Amino acid sequence: AEVEETLKRIQSHKGVIGTMVVNAEGIPIRTTLDNSTTVQYAGLLHQLTMKARSTVRDIDPQNDLTFLRIRSKKHEIMVAPDKEYLLIVIQNPCE
Amino acid sequence: MLPALAAAISAQDPKQSVITGRGSRKRDEDSGTDVGEGADDWAQSKATIRPPDQLDLTDAELKEEITRILTANNPHAPHNIVRFSFKEGTYKLIGFVNQLAVHYSHIGNLIPKDSDEGRRQHYQDELATGSQESARLVFSDTENLEEEEEIKEGDAEAESQIDIPATEVSEKVTEEELMTPKQPKESKLTNQFNFSERASQTINNPLRDRECQMEPPPRANFSATANQWEIYDAYMEELEKQEKTKEKEKTKTPVAKKMGAMAMRKMTSLESQSDDITKVTQAAKIVERMVNQNTYDDVAQDFKYYEDAADEYRDQEGTLLPLWKFQTDKAKRLAVTALSWNPKYKDLFAVGHGSYDFMKQSRGMLLLYSMKNPSFPEYAFSSDSGIMCLDMHMDHPYLVVVGHYDGNVAVYNLKKPHSQPIFRSSAKSGKHTDPVWQVKWQKDDMDHNLNFFSVSSDGRIVSWTLVKSELVHTDVIKLKVEGSTLEGPEGLQLFTVGCGTAFDFHREIDYMFLVGTEEGKIYKCSKSYSSQFLDTYDAHNMAVDAVSWNPYHSKVFISCSSDWTVKIWDHTVKTPMFIYDLNSAVGDVAWAPYSSTVFAAVSTNGKTHVFDLSINKYEAICNQPVVAKKKNKITHVQFNPVHPIIIVGDDRGHVTCLKLSPNLRKMPKEKKGQEVQKGPAVEIAKLDKLLNLVREVKPKT
Repeated sequence: AEVEETLKRIQSHKGVIGTMVVNAEGIPIRTTLDNSTTVQYAGLLHQLTMKARSTVRDIDPQNDLTFLRIRSKKHEIMVAPDKEYLLIVIQNPCE
Repeated sequence: MLPALAAAISAQDPKQSVITGRGSRKRDEDSGTDVGEGADDWAQSKATIRPPDQLDLTDAELKEEITRILTANNPHAPHNIVRFSFKEGTYKLIGFVNQLAVHYSHIGNLIPKDSDEGRRQHYQDELATGSQESARLVFSDTENLEEEEEIKEGDAEAESQIDIPATEVSEKVTEEELMTPKQPKESKLTNQFNFSERASQTINNPLRDRECQMEPPPRANFSATANQWEIYDAYMEELEKQEKTKEKEKTKTPVAKKMGAMAMRKMTSLESQSDDITKVTQAAKIVERMVNQNTYDDVAQDFKYYEDAADEYRDQEGTLLPLWKFQTDKAKRLAVTALSWNPKYKDLFAVGHGSYDFMKQSRGMLLLYSMKNPSFPEYAFSSDSGIMCLDMHMDHPYLVVVGHYDGNVAVYNLKKPHSQPIFRSSAKSGKHTDPVWQVKWQKDDMDHNLNFFSVSSDGRIVSWTLVKSELVHTDVIKLKVEGSTLEGPEGLQLFTVGCGTAFDFHREIDYMFLVGTEEGKIYKCSKSYSSQFLDTYDAHNMAVDAVSWNPYHSKVFISCSSDWTVKIWDHTVKTPMFIYDLNSAVGDVAWAPYSSTVFAAVSTNGKTHVFDLSINKYEAICNQPVVAKKKNKITHVQFNPVHPIIIVGDDRGHVTCLKLSPNLRKMPKEKKGQEVQKGPAVEIAKLDKLLNLVREVKPKT
């Protein structure tokens, strides 16, 4: 319930376009966006995150990826990898 | 491939039977005729019986030659064999057909004489017969001699007379022939009359081939690359497993095992039940902070980098730049009654919510905010009674002690998720009878128990010790107003109790502490003397709202009061060193952590005053209203221990974070060829210098 509230708060923040939770296989579990966008984001970001994590861990196996933010012209994509899930938030910070 | 034995006969005569190598089996009556076997000789009548359906052929037809060609192909062999190939996963035509048809085969037992096997057998036979021969040799010796002589003669003759007529030779041969029967025979003697060789053939079991095809086993492709970290993880997992097994071996009591298993099962069932979403708690927290960072990007930039450039032209005065504003619906219309930075996490602070209006007391809230997330508190605990004060433990930053309006004290543990305090005083365990105005953690006692002090307007100063699961209280001192003992009607002495409102413990001298009271007096007390005060200062005309020792100078303390004044004292001198009138009741005062001469005071008219005595000892260098509405009263102020910011709380439940402009945290200027001195000694010297000025002036006036 605490997480639900947190996710609700995140979604209610200004500029937040969408929130999604993706499992280890890159399959979206919950989302606030429409289906096709979610699937696209989930698939691509999952790959990218795995690659990023692999990079970090290859450099130092004791290290781990905690957060990944991608700043683009239009918005910012934030990825927080947990043990089994990815939390992806897309925000338009200029709003 | 050629057939080893193929028999086919081109024949016109139907009578002619085909004798295959199968043996001498009689086919039918017809075939029996030509087999000249003795056994059939008794059947004399050789009448040929024509089968009724025999074709009558003319002579021409009979003489017609029909040619048949023998080929190597087996006419019965199938030409279109198809087999399933697992290699390619399809049915494949087998081009190669076995043309071999065996009509007769026989495993013989004849051995060529010349072969090794033959010779060996021959030799063995010789051995066996050797004994018989030796016996026979005795009587055949003479004959042998003759024989030899004759051979010799023959040889000699052959040598001398080459052209011996053939007759002579033939004679000799006959002679020899005659002699041969005399030679010992090797063959075993068989009874030629009573001898039979029999053979029979059993019916061969029909051969049967049976085949079936199964579904091919499932196949899957697997490929992977092992990274360094994957290898590392695998090792770590293995290590964990090993440790677990070790632990298991240690705790081999079956009951414990069962319990453990039960717990495990419960855990897993719980985990599976609770939706997977709960696992992203940590991630959600991080993201929330990041989203906040994006939305409050400008504020974060200001906090980190903005320095008011206008300060250079303002001479000495500074400003306060408002940063984040912390508020939440949960604490709506609850005044901020206490503020405290976390000693370990410099971005975390605790806010106590309650009410200073004794007519409108309601619930209380303990909230902990992080600067990283200004929109929502990190922790929230609610209580039935308003919170009046709080303190966080230095060594255990997760322990928060709060004092309630109803006189109770409670200890919250931030690590425990539920919102109940882990310790709570009760009416039985010596709670205060009036609001608790201040609480303060103390150093651990001799038994390493955590303990804290509290002061209340019921005049008691109580030391609380956390023992296992309960709070143990000890009254340290009872405040009495000196000289106010009233003579009761029957010689009874009635004491008017002093109402403690604030206290502070000396940083260096453990036992010494100051207590401010509602009457405006400040007492210097010792933990060891509960009956009397070390000193009494007639400090204020109204309630003392805060007292605080200087963080650098061990003799100096500051006090503020609702009588609009802030006073700085030397605890060895009974009169104040500095007095400042702020034109409004002063709610709180706090020393800056970075300088001995800087302090901030907040007044109920919504203003924050920042003083730097080393710059201006007569008035504040910053005097700024910091709340939105004029009605809002500021209640508390705290300096961040590391960052140049302060937090102020007002009676509407808002907490504002403000950044001190460069002028407010001015350090001694660097002079050429002279190092800037830093450290506590310098700070003490700085304040001492100022105090000396005052001390010099005082005797004169």
